[in-house]
Amino acid sequence: MQRLSGYKLSAKAVVGILLVSVLAVLLLMSCQDQGQEGSAEESSAPAAVSGDAAAIAEARGLTPDDITAALKTYTPTGVHDEYIMFASGGHGGQVYVIGMPSMRIIKQIAVFTPEPWQGYGYGAEGTMQTLAGGFVGDNEITWGDTHHPALSETAGDYDGEWLFINDKANARVATIDLRDFETKQIVKNPIALSDHGGTFATPNTDWVVEGGQYAAPLGWEYSSLDNYAEDYRGMVTFWKFDRESGRLVPEESFAMELPPYWQDLCDAGKNVSEGWIFCNSFNTEMATGGVEDGNPPFEAGASQRDMDYMHIINLDKAVEVAQAGNTVEVQGFPVISLDTAIEEGLLYFVPEPKSPHGVDITPGGEFMVVSGKLDPHVTIYSFEKVQEAIAAGDWQTDDYGVPILNLDNVMEAQVELGLGPLHTQFDDKGYAYTSLFLEPSVARWSLGGDYADLNEDPEWSLVSKVTVHYNVGHIAAAEGDTVSPDGKYLVSMNKWAIDRFNNVGPLLPQNFQLIDINEPGDNLQLLYDMPIPDGEPHYAQIIKADKLDPWEVYPEVGWNPHTQSPDPNATQIGEERVERDGNNVEIFMTAIRSHFTPEHVEIKQGDHVIWHITNVEQTYDATHGFTIPLYNINMSIEPGETATFEFDATEDGVFSYYCTEFCSALHLEMTGYMLIEP
Amino acid sequence: MSNVWQSIVGPRAPADVDDEKRREYRLPSIFLGLAALSLIISIFLPYWNLTLEAPQYPKGLHVQTYVNRLEGDVQEIDGLNHYIGMRPLEEAAQLERSLSIILISVTALLVVSAIFIHTKWVVLLALPALLYPILFVADMYFWLRSFGQNLDPTAALSNYIEPFVPTFLGEGLIGQFRTISSFGAGYYLACLASVLILVGLYFHRRAYKPLVDATQEKAQGSGTQDSGSSGATGEV
Repeated sequence: MQRLSGYKLSAKAVVGILLVSVLAVLLLMSCQDQGQEGSAEESSAPAAVSGDAAAIAEARGLTPDDITAALKTYTPTGVHDEYIMFASGGHGGQVYVIGMPSMRIIKQIAVFTPEPWQGYGYGAEGTMQTLAGGFVGDNEITWGDTHHPALSETAGDYDGEWLFINDKANARVATIDLRDFETKQIVKNPIALSDHGGTFATPNTDWVVEGGQYAAPLGWEYSSLDNYAEDYRGMVTFWKFDRESGRLVPEESFAMELPPYWQDLCDAGKNVSEGWIFCNSFNTEMATGGVEDGNPPFEAGASQRDMDYMHIINLDKAVEVAQAGNTVEVQGFPVISLDTAIEEGLLYFVPEPKSPHGVDITPGGEFMVVSGKLDPHVTIYSFEKVQEAIAAGDWQTDDYGVPILNLDNVMEAQVELGLGPLHTQFDDKGYAYTSLFLEPSVARWSLGGDYADLNEDPEWSLVSKVTVHYNVGHIAAAEGDTVSPDGKYLVSMNKWAIDRFNNVGPLLPQNFQLIDINEPGDNLQLLYDMPIPDGEPHYAQIIKADKLDPWEVYPEVGWNPHTQSPDPNATQIGEERVERDGNNVEIFMTAIRSHFTPEHVEIKQGDHVIWHITNVEQTYDATHGFTIPLYNINMSIEPGETATFEFDATEDGVFSYYCTEFCSALHLEMTGYMLIEP
Repeated sequence: MSNVWQSIVGPRAPADVDDEKRREYRLPSIFLGLAALSLIISIFLPYWNLTLEAPQYPKGLHVQTYVNRLEGDVQEIDGLNHYIGMRPLEEAAQLERSLSIILISVTALLVVSAIFIHTKWVVLLALPALLYPILFVADMYFWLRSFGQNLDPTAALSNYIEPFVPTFLGEGLIGQFRTISSFGAGYYLACLASVLILVGLYFHRRAYKPLVDATQEKAQGSGTQDSGSSGATGEV
């Protein structure tokens, strides 16, 4: 019995010891966690400003405002930005990716123009196909004039998945995949040679809007300017977007014929106005220029009338009409004729102040804001009143029979802002912001309706202005054209820089100015100047950085970024080979730090060479480049990517190919010889 | 034959005992069973973890060594190792890894079978599992040493890095890399299995030794009778 109780004791003791050990480990782990959290909190506490800082500020001549601006924008090493701005690169043909508030350029996305860093347009098959999608007939177009980026939206809010942008010069639209920030598609507008009013995504990105600009006969036809009113036409194209394939689908897209006024910018309705599209226009005078013949130049001829026409388009109904086949074919592309648009009630006009540039829809979709750039006001229209006016059927018509609603019946308010108002953005506090080109400044003004309760300023009134440098065009506020703007930051995209930066010769950069719009009332602070040394950026969109979730490396080794799927020619380590079939030579190569396999490639003059390279790395940032002299081959092969290029071995000789991205300590040794035997 | 079998398997626990006595017989079974379970679970957990830290790798490089495979940044570490001429990690302990699941399963089964052996032979069945953590460490060290000592003399950095023995536990330094190696949960479970076996064997001895002794005494008693007066036994 005594021995038995001895067992019981020891059994309990053992179980107890085990339990205590487990608890101790758990306790230790939780303590460690708390310790880490505690230290993180400590390190995030603001550091005291030292005497040194004051001395530096004095030596550099910094004012207290300069110091707060610096504190609001300075981003220490390793710290990421809160917002990402996608800005058009203008006639550089590219898109800029900029972190905010640091205003650091993080990436340039090649879109319409070949770009060597990304290996875009220098042999890599997918990029060549993308660029070829934008060729006009047999003409290889190798640049673009990017204007208005549009992030894809879900329920009217940016979803961070896709980006679209148009090329004004050649009426093209590109699709960029935000999983790898690369351009996947360029489509050429089948009926117009140039555009302007694109791109704008509908609230769920079902449609991407591409509005026209300079009227011309549809379908790239010829007609004398004497026949302007009869043969020249404006247009708006609705590209169907398929999220599954990540492509615009020309077969399901259509356009609408418009009078030969110069359609300018559009915006998609949202919330209450979802399903409607709004575009403004100028040159309703239908001036045809010819200053050399004694005619008024366009700048005067197109500015005679006090009013132009905002176009109000019922997209939902237009889709039904197009799907019912009630269209005409232009270059094989379905177009709703102007007559059909009028008959079916798809198109209405409203007078808008002289030569407007931009129509912007308030976050709730209730109001359309238009600035006539030759009128000191912004004019605000009520969507509800527009619907009432359409229902009432009380209108006049223009020469083409398009109904023109009575301005007095649909206008909600007018606010006098100043000289040269252009584009409007919104924040979360019931304010709108409008760029004033001539002053030049950005005006903050208060909205009315449901927005009036969001701030203390009287509704529909000018609140404050901040001077910008110089000649502002578009402005972009954080998520400022969505259903839920964030406020906080606004970027003034200035056309002229003049004295803002060091003199670099007669061609100057553009100037992006970051403005703090966080405080209500008369508190707008200019924070930072950022030069953009490329084409003239037009519009930008600013998305909360945490909505973007791009890949660090491609999902599998042997990935084709063009199809976003495994590449049939992917080559793993050990599978490298050279296959010859007559005059066709096919090379399957791998790249890894710090060598290509194979390092010798022997071919004969006259061979046709197909070359696949797989970067078998799966390490973040372990990109390899590849270039061959003379043959104009240059590629960027990111971790996991398989890239393919082809060329005819027309020139014999000894060619050393090498890695163009400094990949490792033995990067210079990452090379090989291609021997082309005569 | 059945006598030999009997002498190995040993006596069965009597059926008609009170609760306390029954617990006495159950304890070794529970501990040995838990030991076998620990061993089996350890197959699914890493035995040895290696972390490499360098400025270029803000998140570090991590390898988890399981009994049958390597996981983590193996490719990247192999890529780095090729500069100093170290063989790819996958070439290490190939035989051991290919047999590991079977051997550990058999070891665990032996421990389970030990539950039904109530003599001192139980130690023989439990011995592989008992010694397994030591064998693992010995094998691991052999391979670390083998890899560190046999560097390809033609490798790019062979002039810079002399043959070395990678740090088995704790921190080390190789090139710009700080290495941190430690045992993983799997190894600790294997060690726990050894401890459980020891405890189990202790209870085993406490529970069954008296029975075995009693049987032997009885056998000896009857044996004496046998040799002394077989006729009497025959009558019984």
